[in-house]
Amino acid sequence: MESFSVYIIPAVICIILLFGFFRRVPLFDTFLAGAKEGLWSSVSILPSLVGLMMAVTMLSASGALELLTGWAAPAADFLGFPAQVLPLALLRPISGSGSTAVLTEIFQNYGADGFIGRVASVMMGSTETTFYAIAVYFGSVGIKKTRHAIPAALAADTTGYIMSVLAVKLFFR
Amino acid sequence: MLNIIWAVMILLSFVCALFTGRMPQLSEAVMNGAGSAVELVIGTLGMMCVWTGFMKIADAGGLTAVLCKAFYPLLKRLFPDYGAGSGALKAISMNMAANFLGLGNAATPLGLAAMKEMQKENPEPKSANNSMVMFVVINTASIQLIPTFMGALRAQYGAAFPFDILPAVWLASVVSLIVGVIAAKLMQGRKKERRLR
Repeated sequence: MESFSVYIIPAVICIILLFGFFRRVPLFDTFLAGAKEGLWSSVSILPSLVGLMMAVTMLSASGALELLTGWAAPAADFLGFPAQVLPLALLRPISGSGSTAVLTEIFQNYGADGFIGRVASVMMGSTETTFYAIAVYFGSVGIKKTRHAIPAALAADTTGYIMSVLAVKLFFR
Repeated sequence: MLNIIWAVMILLSFVCALFTGRMPQLSEAVMNGAGSAVELVIGTLGMMCVWTGFMKIADAGGLTAVLCKAFYPLLKRLFPDYGAGSGALKAISMNMAANFLGLGNAATPLGLAAMKEMQKENPEPKSANNSMVMFVVINTASIQLIPTFMGALRAQYGAAFPFDILPAVWLASVVSLIVGVIAAKLMQGRKKERRLR
């Protein structure tokens, strides 16, 4: 995996540059405009990240996360699911900053390159803040009855969680 | 919802610390937790800026429009309520192209525009129609070519090759997307049958 993955980012960057060059995009000026947007959006998530990382760090320091994973461990083990990523699975559909906070807590405790760290990364990358998106999208046009949106989206999320474990097992032996 | 969850997390950790005797660690966590959020944002800031910068070049060159065209035939089948060339279908494909490239800032307004277009022809404005549900389900399944923020985060926490998990992410995303689409189709189908009887 390593040999392939080191090519991805440099190759994508060069392809984008060539594409922009042939389309006559002013390359550096456009880059600057985009980077400025990125700067602002990164900084704008800071307040919610501060609040939620504090809460998650507190949960972890108090031993509450350990208790939760301890209780869930037998069931999770039975399903082949690492119990340590359970807090992430619970918070992921609700809050982006909250799940980022949990993810960093997992990286800190179990390392980014361990099995648990990798499963958590794949879970984070392959799912979305489902409840938040449902609330924003349907709320924006005043829809009250979301019908089968939540069960179908949760089916996708659950599949994403299970697949994260399987995919990490498949690609990293 | 987050209002309650956030408060419960903090109160729960206080109660838990009372029983486990970890009050000193909890007190430390209050100060460190907030600080580490700042460290995290600063640590990932460079990568995020680089990425949004390059994506802006791709977008200005028309890559979003190219992707849009590529998605179109598939989307026509997924959203049969809206004809080819309709405003709704256009907004939907723009939103998906933006999501695919990880242009989060552009994707959300496009998604809201798509919802608005779909709502225009919705016979029951208080209730979601099948296409709206399909759209939201696809959006929540998160198909993103390169999850940059996650990569930056992994790099900051010492991953040797932060993007070595990409194939695994793609596999998990695609399978969960397929399951979401099938689930949405199956659940809408059952409702229709019931109505016919």
